[in-house]
Amino acid sequence: MASSMDVAAVAVEPGGLTTLAAPGLARRVWKNKAVVVGVGLLLLIVILGVFAPFFAPYDPYVQNLENRTVPPFWYDGGSWVHPLGTDPLGRDYLSRLFYGARISLLIGISVAIMSGLIGTTMGMLAGYFGGKTDLVVSFLVTTRLSMPVILVALATVALIGGSLWVVIMVLGLLKWDRFAVVMRSATQQVRSLDYVAAAQAAGASTPRVLLGEVLPNVLPHLIVVATLEAASAILLEAALSFLGLGVQPPLPSWGLMISEAKSYMFFSFWLIALPGAALAVLIFSINLAGDGLRDLLSPEGRA
Amino acid sequence: MFAYILKRLGLAILVALAVSMIAFLLLRLSGDPAIALAGEGARQADIELIRKTYGFDRPLPVQYVEWLGKTVRGDFGESVYFRSPAAPLIFSKLQTTMMLGVFALAFALFISVPLGVAAAVYRNSWIDRLCLALAVVGQALPNFFFALLLIMIFSIWLRWLPVSGSGTWQHFVMPTIALGYYAAPAFMRLIRAGMIEVLEADYIRTARAKGLPATQVIFKHALRNAVVPVVALAAVQLGFLLGGSVVVETIFALDGLGYLAYQSITFKDFPVMQNIVLLLSVTYVVLTLASDIANAWLDPRIRVA
Amino acid sequence: MSAVLREEPVPDTVLDVQELSVDIATPHGPLRAVREVSFQVKRGETLCIVGESGCGKSITSLAVMSLLPAAATRRAKKLSLLGEDLLKATPKRVNALRGNRMAMIFQEPMTALNPAYTIGDQLMEVHLVHRGGGAAKARERAIELLGKVGIASAGERLGQFPHQLSGGLRQRVMIAMALMCGPELLVADEPSTALDVTIQAQILRLLADLQSDLGIAMVLITHDLGVVARIAHRVAVMYAGEIVEEGTAESVFASPRHPYTRGLLSCIPVPGRTERGGRLGTIAGVVPSLIGDIRGCSFCDRCAYARPECAVAVPVRHEGAHAWRCIHHELPAERAA
Repeated sequence: MASSMDVAAVAVEPGGLTTLAAPGLARRVWKNKAVVVGVGLLLLIVILGVFAPFFAPYDPYVQNLENRTVPPFWYDGGSWVHPLGTDPLGRDYLSRLFYGARISLLIGISVAIMSGLIGTTMGMLAGYFGGKTDLVVSFLVTTRLSMPVILVALATVALIGGSLWVVIMVLGLLKWDRFAVVMRSATQQVRSLDYVAAAQAAGASTPRVLLGEVLPNVLPHLIVVATLEAASAILLEAALSFLGLGVQPPLPSWGLMISEAKSYMFFSFWLIALPGAALAVLIFSINLAGDGLRDLLSPEGRA
Repeated sequence: MFAYILKRLGLAILVALAVSMIAFLLLRLSGDPAIALAGEGARQADIELIRKTYGFDRPLPVQYVEWLGKTVRGDFGESVYFRSPAAPLIFSKLQTTMMLGVFALAFALFISVPLGVAAAVYRNSWIDRLCLALAVVGQALPNFFFALLLIMIFSIWLRWLPVSGSGTWQHFVMPTIALGYYAAPAFMRLIRAGMIEVLEADYIRTARAKGLPATQVIFKHALRNAVVPVVALAAVQLGFLLGGSVVVETIFALDGLGYLAYQSITFKDFPVMQNIVLLLSVTYVVLTLASDIANAWLDPRIRVA
Repeated sequence: MSAVLREEPVPDTVLDVQELSVDIATPHGPLRAVREVSFQVKRGETLCIVGESGCGKSITSLAVMSLLPAAATRRAKKLSLLGEDLLKATPKRVNALRGNRMAMIFQEPMTALNPAYTIGDQLMEVHLVHRGGGAAKARERAIELLGKVGIASAGERLGQFPHQLSGGLRQRVMIAMALMCGPELLVADEPSTALDVTIQAQILRLLADLQSDLGIAMVLITHDLGVVARIAHRVAVMYAGEIVEEGTAESVFASPRHPYTRGLLSCIPVPGRTERGGRLGTIAGVVPSLIGDIRGCSFCDRCAYARPECAVAVPVRHEGAHAWRCIHHELPAERAA
């Protein structure tokens, strides 16, 4: 098949649930600093985002033109009234950052779920049935891989208008390729195992075998890919919003915040630094958690 | 080897056709293309005129075949915004973007190969951990944010490089770095993993037993075998880079295909937009084909089957 | 302890190993894979180190060549090649010796050659690195050696890739590669084990011929006593990291002194002597764990002639050039097989 498929498939190692279920899981999780830090940071961001109304000192949409572009507290002219300053329209930056977390997390999770459903179905079917199904799926994946996601997303948003939901739809319908590739490999590995044959011999219907036997064992790979794709989706939305073709104002998408602050960046660097750092920290924690998860899954630890 | 190439070529052509269909259908996404082309507030008569001129009233397959025929012959229609033929416009920008893509890829390899080899040779040491840390941090920075940071440092603070525009090689430096850095971690990991696996191989032990100097063992014997998946990834990454050039070129106002794509999207210049998507996709298909062939050539087991 | 005590090495001793030990780090503590092993090899002589899987014979050979994995530590009272101390040699010096004065061939010819380069390239690079000269000279030497190991149309073979050759041919190429710079010592780790039975005999015959032709000292590692009988001048029997018996092939085969050696020999069916349908000898029990302190004889748990003293300390006995570790000077006559 396409060599790009083989390249991505290199990432699939044998192991999976059996490795996770091996004794000493709690100890291994604790020893794996990546997972601890990653999941910890991620949890923090999720809590701040979900409970933003409790944590945010102000309403993120309320403008206050008397208080435009106030710097954060560590600058001259800043204060704890607005700990992270205000944006050019006087909106409190700290609050906007918290609410922005909601948007990024929502995008990440929704896209991961949507593209995950599409890609996993395709991948599992291709890996399980092989033959023509495999050819068709591989062809679809190769075709999808040949199209630059950002361009297609930009064009689509331009044609039907930009909004949070449009972005989620478009990305969800485009980003299933890695799911398909990895799930195909994982399913191929699992398909030849004994308990699958046993289930088939017992007369289980195909959906039953797929959902009952194959899926639980490819689940760890699925989770790892989901974290990667969520991170990638968050970055894509940020880029789209930055170019003005994603989430629309006044929503506090971090990418949009950077775009709005672009012209002020020479004098008020924090206006782009803070949302940029927020994005970096979020992606960092997701990747760390995903990496750590992959290490936990691989039988010998780090490859 | 020849049969292999032929098979790959056939597949590539099929994919290119599929991609062209998608590019064609893209324009129809917003509903009636005549309305989209006419713009807001257009009169019904104007819309009808456009429909007739562009042939939107004919059945879809006919439109597709006609469009495909024209495109293959180099007739990309006319740019609505620039009011000039689209093909020369697009191709004039292509060179800039290709250069940017190649430079960015070279940059990514330039930093990732030494780091990947070092991480593998000194596995589990502080060098290894540092490289992996750099990889994770690198992948966490959004490219547009990194681009802005670069501008702050190199244009504003140090005043070494121009902020934006194109024309001199200095205009390419920051876009290259901004575009290329994101691909580096993936390469680094791949090289590291490949090298670690290869260094365990029997033939490396043989090379050491022959008393070959360490550099020869690592670079001639090990890297040569670890590099094969990198070639496949390089083509894939080049494709991503070409797509990702939209953001970078727009930030730096670098006059390439990506910037043109952004402009055409913003100004709803559909013919140009459609053909840029097609062109970049076909380029990607060609690159993948080239990498398949290179892959086959690198593996003597396929080359001298 | 030294099996054969010598005050100073005999002039034509190529390899002198005294009290070589190798420990491997494991999560449960150091594994004492090789314990104070000593042997010498002279010019034109083949020493076979024989033992079962896991006895430490391969590790011994890797230790001699300084090719141990990172997790292993090597200690020795003496380790010298042609009088030069290998323990004190710098990595650069070791590299200069490897492939040049001492060479090694391995068990798996299928994976021992780099699939990405031609045979010729891999043969010539040894010569170019150690002898300099030029490509032409290296090529000449490669063709000469390919002929010596019995490969026809050597010139064409040079341009071929490893995957185009059969296992037997690859092993011949490995041998040729080892001899490119005319080494004085050749270490062969189970060179014929991975090959077909018919090819095995050919390879062993080749090695024996080359040795008498070139006068090299050879250390041949094997688990197969048949190989030993075919090719060895002297034998060292290894068990659980130690050499338990050493001597000329004739004396060890004719009168094995150590119970383990005797057990090994009785496992082999001998046409004519072994009754049809009769039982082959076995050695009951398993090799003991090599982690942590080991006292006394490591074989005593499985030995039919064991006595309480065996668990404490075991002397080394000699008779001429034949030496063994046992409390018994001579074992009682064997019961009929």
